[in-house]
Amino acid sequence: MPSLTSITAILLAGILTNNMVLSKFLGICPFLGVSKKVNTAFSMSIAVTLVMVIASAVTWPIYNYLLYPNFTYLETIVFILVIAAIVQLIEIFLKKYIKPLYEALGIYLPLITTNCAVLGITMLNIQNELTYIESLFNALAAGLGFMLSMVLFAGIRKKLEAADVPEFLKGLPITLIAAALVALSFSGFSGIGG
Amino acid sequence: MQGNNLKYFTNGLITENPVLRLVLGTCPTLAVTTAAVNGIGMGVAATAVLVCSNLAISLLRNIIPDKVRIPAFITIIAGFVSVVQMLVKAFTPSIDKSLGIFLPLIVVNCIILARAEMFASKNSVLPSVLDGLGMGIGFTATLTLMGSIRELLGAGTLFGFEVTKPFIEPMTVFLLPAGGFFVFGILIALSNAVAKRKGKKVVEHLGCANCPARSSCKNADKASCEEIKKEEVKVNA
Repeated sequence: MPSLTSITAILLAGILTNNMVLSKFLGICPFLGVSKKVNTAFSMSIAVTLVMVIASAVTWPIYNYLLYPNFTYLETIVFILVIAAIVQLIEIFLKKYIKPLYEALGIYLPLITTNCAVLGITMLNIQNELTYIESLFNALAAGLGFMLSMVLFAGIRKKLEAADVPEFLKGLPITLIAAALVALSFSGFSGIGG
Repeated sequence: MQGNNLKYFTNGLITENPVLRLVLGTCPTLAVTTAAVNGIGMGVAATAVLVCSNLAISLLRNIIPDKVRIPAFITIIAGFVSVVQMLVKAFTPSIDKSLGIFLPLIVVNCIILARAEMFASKNSVLPSVLDGLGMGIGFTATLTLMGSIRELLGAGTLFGFEVTKPFIEPMTVFLLPAGGFFVFGILIALSNAVAKRKGKKVVEHLGCANCPARSSCKNADKASCEEIKKEEVKVNA
């Protein structure tokens, strides 16, 4: 059983110091594509967090009990298929049993299969040799970090739309430069939690 | 016919440059370009996967049922990624180390799935291979350019050789994530300026147009998808 301090360190690292989007560059597409409104950014990140935790819960035993040590080269192909299947199952389950949640999150689910954040976090769990409980918390922290940066950035983009931007920077360039400033401010967290 | 084939190849180099014009594959673009060598390594690995997957998918395009095509594409791509991953690990371990997790993440690189979905599944073998090769070279060139800029400004070196380091203090911020976003933003702005001068469409935002999952999600980001559809209709008309 991992200690409380190691869990706290994982949570702090995932949310602030090693933020999924702003320091690991995973999930940039939704970060730039779906962060126009705070509401959609929030729902998308809830869906991503859900899928990440469930995917970590399933892929960890598959790797450690089935693939390790003889078939580790199958990691990539097995993980992506497992994630695709999980996303489909979650979609079917939500559609059948929790209709309101499906209506809120359902539209983001197909986008998540090809989201590198989900595959990335399951692989990082393995690479960093985390225990089962640690990898679950790692996925949760990464999801919360994703949510924090998405919601923060959605708020900033709202302001950006009203801002007077030089002609040649309009649209995507100024969005990226704003992201650079947010990333710079997040690098101020480095050092917290070891 | 000859001219057409050439067009498929050159398409990906400039007019539809995957990074700057289609804004695909942003994650590896930002993550690995802290040095020029990484850009080449990532680019070559992705090009190899892209050419192979385009080849395989265009050969299988009449066999794969329409409903399960996305999972089938992903499986094919994942197979080739595993092969490339093993080759890189065996022959250039230093590149493997610096690319880290982004090497296996080529599986979910939007460029590859998007080209499979938009091109290889609709065209015959030779154009698909040429399209993959052109797109791959466009991707590699852009990544190398961005890696060079960040390496030069951030470390004062180019491909590992000292260039401006003795005269100008390197600005480490360009090697940080923030520098990645900044340089990418400036490059998009430049490519937009060139596109505008030539009367081409400017990349305004990251919409659904290039999303590989677009076909499987009819509702996602509905407003912007409809806008894009309207634009497409205008272009076609």
